[in-house]
Amino acid sequence: MRKVFIALLSLISWTGVAVAKEILTIYTYESFVSTYGPGPSIKASFEKNCDCEIKWVALGDGVALLNRLKLEGKNSKADVVLGLDTNITEEAHELGVFGAHGVNVNLVKVPGGWTNTEFLPFDYGHFAIVYDSDKIKVPPTSLEELVNGDPAQKIILEDPRASTPGLGFLLWMKSVYGDRADEAWKKLAPRILTTAPGWSEAYALFIKGEAPMVFSYVTSPAYHMIEEKTSRYKAAEFSDGHYLQIEVAGMLEASPHQALAHQFLNFMLSPAFQNEIPVKNWMMPAGETSVPLPDAFGQLVKPAKTLLFTPGEVSKNRREWIAEWLKAVNG
Amino acid sequence: MVRLSAATLISPFIVLGLIACGVVPLFWFMVTSGGFHASQFDASTLGILWFTLKQALLSTGLSLCLGLGVARALARRRFAGRTLLINLFAVPQALPAIVAVLAILAIYGNTGWLANLINVYGLGGIVLVHVFFNAPLAAKLFLNALDGIAPERFKLAEQLLFSDFDVFKLVEWPTLQSAASRIGGLIFLVCAASFIVVLTLGGPGATTLEVAIYQALRMDFDVGRAISLSLLQIILSFSILVLASRTPFRFPAATSLTLLRFRHDGAGLIARIMDFSFVLLAVMIVLPPFIAIGVYGLPYINFSAALLEATAFSIFIGTASAVVCLGLSCSLARNQHHFQRLVSSMGLIVPPAVLATGWFLAVQSFEISVALSLCLIVALNSLMALPFAVAILAEGFASLGVQHQRLCAQLNIKGWSKFRRIDFPALKSAVLHALLLAFVLSLGDLTAITLLGTQGVITLPALTQQQMGHYRSHEAGGTALVLTLLCLCLASVAQFARARDD
Repeated sequence: MRKVFIALLSLISWTGVAVAKEILTIYTYESFVSTYGPGPSIKASFEKNCDCEIKWVALGDGVALLNRLKLEGKNSKADVVLGLDTNITEEAHELGVFGAHGVNVNLVKVPGGWTNTEFLPFDYGHFAIVYDSDKIKVPPTSLEELVNGDPAQKIILEDPRASTPGLGFLLWMKSVYGDRADEAWKKLAPRILTTAPGWSEAYALFIKGEAPMVFSYVTSPAYHMIEEKTSRYKAAEFSDGHYLQIEVAGMLEASPHQALAHQFLNFMLSPAFQNEIPVKNWMMPAGETSVPLPDAFGQLVKPAKTLLFTPGEVSKNRREWIAEWLKAVNG
Repeated sequence: MVRLSAATLISPFIVLGLIACGVVPLFWFMVTSGGFHASQFDASTLGILWFTLKQALLSTGLSLCLGLGVARALARRRFAGRTLLINLFAVPQALPAIVAVLAILAIYGNTGWLANLINVYGLGGIVLVHVFFNAPLAAKLFLNALDGIAPERFKLAEQLLFSDFDVFKLVEWPTLQSAASRIGGLIFLVCAASFIVVLTLGGPGATTLEVAIYQALRMDFDVGRAISLSLLQIILSFSILVLASRTPFRFPAATSLTLLRFRHDGAGLIARIMDFSFVLLAVMIVLPPFIAIGVYGLPYINFSAALLEATAFSIFIGTASAVVCLGLSCSLARNQHHFQRLVSSMGLIVPPAVLATGWFLAVQSFEISVALSLCLIVALNSLMALPFAVAILAEGFASLGVQHQRLCAQLNIKGWSKFRRIDFPALKSAVLHALLLAFVLSLGDLTAITLLGTQGVITLPALTQQQMGHYRSHEAGGTALVLTLLCLCLASVAQFARARDD
């Protein structure tokens, strides 16, 4: 009995020592750290170079991260938050909990360049209409063509009230049509098969063959080419531009692990992190990679024009634009 | 017979305490961070309310009718595959909503096996999926109620040469009526709170209160609006439950000799055709989606570490939730007054998104470990399964009979030995049934995990979600099949354990 007790004690003290390492708590979205995401290998390679441990706290998506910060306020346990996007950084900024990232912004490679000193991009992706080339031979080449196309060929969208890509499409419509967005939505309405609650539901319906088009990313076909060896699913190139999503991270001002958080953000733009992005997060790297992108990425659509509202514009108008959308599609 | 002993107050105390732990912090948060704005409700709120009512009433009505017809057929007939069908009825509740939607679409969708038979994108599809989820549940609960009727009554009816209709009206209906009002109330709450199904098939036009609450809490983070919409949902649910609990007269359970159950009613042609049609209809609604899950899932079952881990977590969470739920439901089921009924339904009345967010606020000063996450998930799941467990156990307690209790009092049999020798044998079947249902209901729920965040906790539904989030919807199909088989196995084990006693 005494032996068991001593063994237990030593086990406890041993784990005590193990826990004494500096722990960096990172809030991120769930698919980033799932088995299929880049999280596990990124954690391993960062921990190799520091006497520390990364603790992931995984929430649904970028909006869930923002809400968690709103709930916790200044008492947040996060040192770093990874996975907000530029549509919500204004609101994140207004919380006043983020500090300067202190990383050289010239290292950032995103369309349009980067100057923000509070949030740092780790990847980006242009949205696109992805279509099934077995069913659609002549894809639309502009948003105008999509809006006015054959109502028999349906598209699956995401709900802007519940999903980030859904909001992305709403902003895309708004940036092309401006004040006439509601008319465009009315014209598009007969083509919409359904508005799914999130990207994964929408994409699953698309793969099931429910509709020949879905709102997704320019990079989506790369998954099918690399993992399924098929080029059946393609992204439609739009001449009037593609809306951009930039995913960012930031460090909290109140974090007791400033140096380590800073080290992580620097690491984030290094090849060890960035190499994992294309084939595990299926987005474009926002920094230098040490291995060339897989061939499939060379075959992807390269948007000639990038559409993007500033975070301030989105934060100011989002509610009003969502109300306008709701009225137009229900009218 | 109102005895408010300390023991009977423990469960309500825990349940209401858990609810308060969710609602109070959120309310406090609202007050300290901007407060309650005026003009929370506008014209669209009325539209939302109307749509919520319409789809929930339709879904509930159809589920009840189908469930009732099938339960009567199953109660008075024995046929090949009957047990399998009853076991299968336990499974739909375990499926994550999106899996059920995809399975239904595999049949009736645009590229489904029966494409263009009905238009699934709209109210029709929403109701169809809700019936798929809830008609089997209703059938099981009705069957449970019918099995609680003393066999002597049917014998007597036979001796008195009752017609089929008389048997229905005089023997079955009094029991079924009270079961219907209770089951109907619960199914209405489940359908009113449906979210993924409504959005996926209904699109933006189909906004229910739950969708609006989700939007307020998630996209806008407008706690004030979320709380005011929740209040609306609570009032709606509350009125439905009060309406449903105006339970009419019910026979007191008589002492039964627990004779073998033989029923000779329903021998006529019309009754046979009716029973056959109901069973056929149920089979046609419930079976094909499972066949689709099997066909599309089988090639993609991948026994990875993630799948095994998720299975283990699912079994643990399901078991823990079922045990906690059973513990809470015993005293609530024993005394069936409005208070107990209302308390047991709290987990369905208060929107789970509100509860989970409030709980997070309550525990946020602690380190959120795997253990704490598990506790919160189990707590939320058991609250949501509680009304169903109570409904089942109440039938069990009702069948104990008053005379039994008097006899025990006379013979001075009480306490543990009374429970072990008298009550438990009679309740065993109900207990197993309640455990199974609570387990299955807890398995399918994703609310807790989604809202609290995964701290390394992953269940089978969460894994399907992850796989779909990484383009792997085929693998997600494999995971869904494993989930289905797990539930079917458990249902068979529970069925076997009950059958051994008879």
